[in-house]
Amino acid sequence: MEEIRFIAGSGGLGGGKVLAEPVEEALRHNLHFIAADAGTTDAGPYSLGSGRSNYPREAVKADLSILLVAASRAGIPLLIGSSGTAGLDQHVDWVIDIANEIAIENNIKVRTAAVYSEQTKEYLLGLMKDKRIRALDPAPHLDEQVIRDTEHVVGMMGVEPLQRAIEGGAQLVIGGRCSDAALYAAIPIMKGFPEGLAWHAGKVMECGTQVCVKAGRGVVYASMSHDSFTLRVFGKNLEVSPQSVAAHSFYENGDPYIHVESSGSMDLEQCRYEATNDGGVKVSGSAFTHGDAYTVKLEGAVCVGYQSVCIGGMRDPFFIRHIDIWLAEVRANIENSVSAILGRHLKSGEDYHLVIHQYGRNAVMGAKELETTLPREICLVLEVTAKTQEIATKIAEISRQPMLHHPIPEWSGSITSIAYLHNPVPLDRGAVYRFAYNHVAVPRTKEEMFRMKFVDIG
Amino acid sequence: MTKLSELASLVRSKNAGPFVLTFDVLFDDPKVYSRVKKSKVLSRQLFASLYGVSENTVRFFECDNALGFKFSIPRPIFQGDIGDSDQHGGQQYVPLMEVEIP
Repeated sequence: MEEIRFIAGSGGLGGGKVLAEPVEEALRHNLHFIAADAGTTDAGPYSLGSGRSNYPREAVKADLSILLVAASRAGIPLLIGSSGTAGLDQHVDWVIDIANEIAIENNIKVRTAAVYSEQTKEYLLGLMKDKRIRALDPAPHLDEQVIRDTEHVVGMMGVEPLQRAIEGGAQLVIGGRCSDAALYAAIPIMKGFPEGLAWHAGKVMECGTQVCVKAGRGVVYASMSHDSFTLRVFGKNLEVSPQSVAAHSFYENGDPYIHVESSGSMDLEQCRYEATNDGGVKVSGSAFTHGDAYTVKLEGAVCVGYQSVCIGGMRDPFFIRHIDIWLAEVRANIENSVSAILGRHLKSGEDYHLVIHQYGRNAVMGAKELETTLPREICLVLEVTAKTQEIATKIAEISRQPMLHHPIPEWSGSITSIAYLHNPVPLDRGAVYRFAYNHVAVPRTKEEMFRMKFVDIG
Repeated sequence: MTKLSELASLVRSKNAGPFVLTFDVLFDDPKVYSRVKKSKVLSRQLFASLYGVSENTVRFFECDNALGFKFSIPRPIFQGDIGDSDQHGGQQYVPLMEVEIP
């Protein structure tokens, strides 16, 4: 095979950026496959912890429908990675159910592979015992107790499970957690194209049109030979430039050149980016080196507690000029009241946490805020985190009064210090999670962490 | 002297995964990029002092083909953890905007 052609159907399935026309335009170039990433950790640990998706079902269905019908008509595979945001097993099943509905509505039959990437606690404890879990830098502390406390852990698959799915005859691959770039690299590597080019093409395509000079709605197209690949875009007002493609390797990466994957690392330092005369960008010189071990990145979330928040504004300049002292006194009052009412065993900073954000002053930058002038108005957000929702809500209820009427020297008599936004004041946020792993697993075989199921949908 | 925000086509910050914050300063004109690079104002030392972090935690890259500079640091609070008020890390770049370039 001399040339392989493929598109990024979406940079985030469910984000509503898939349009039928640019997909049609790209299909005229005799594509070999379509891929689309459907997940991220960027939105936070909630999806991984709770199992919910970041996008409504209808939004995922709308995007997937365009891509699945197009791929099916062209007779080419469609690969979806990191299904349902976090790529949990239940997320894979959720997207398969959506795909099945689309297939039935469009009267098509699709050989589908579900690739599951969730990891059991027993398996992870075994890996830990055998010293097969390695910390990346920086990493939170991980021990057996953390593994037992984890809600869900997924392993990030590389190209190998996707290749097995394609070899097994899948025309639709619904993947659990997946390296974004692997979605695009899997088939070119199978067909003998250089790994450096295959992975690099995936790297620049996985965010969809964000690789453009200005992002918009459309598809990113690549044609790859054995010494370079050329990127083009289809969609209104979209263009790529050598600099926009080169700069994309900056985006959301700590290192602009080295990108670590399961089977090795991309090295993009020696790459060349050249404009072609049909508006594309030709990329060459992408390198890939195999690591000393096959590693699988782990992502896991633990529940840190339950939250309740109180939101209110402060406008009186007398209060605002005393804000630091006022807040310290209010916090002490809340902590004393919690002890007196709920019991002395509840310790602030251990059994519950009070964080007060000062929007308008330094909520965004915190201690790193350089601006010191006081604003005209401050929005205070009191965030209570406790081990149960019941306790978090009670502490927020107890906090309402100290925030409402805590005095300052300027005024005598009863004064109201905050303009609350809501009634009731506390807003319950439910369970909140933290990412508990920045680690890789070193599995005994490349296959053992990923399970596959073939189903015929439609 | 000119502020970096008046020279760059983009100054931004973002999570690079939940545990790392990364800061990009990008240009659309090679001459302006060279001016900033030659000034040697952007450095690990400068970043460490702007953000109150230890210099040896700062990674710094000058990328000629992308016309850009990158800084990366461990996230002061891991994404989504108690007290984190910038889930995407997307509004942490402002101190860089004010940096003066000769």
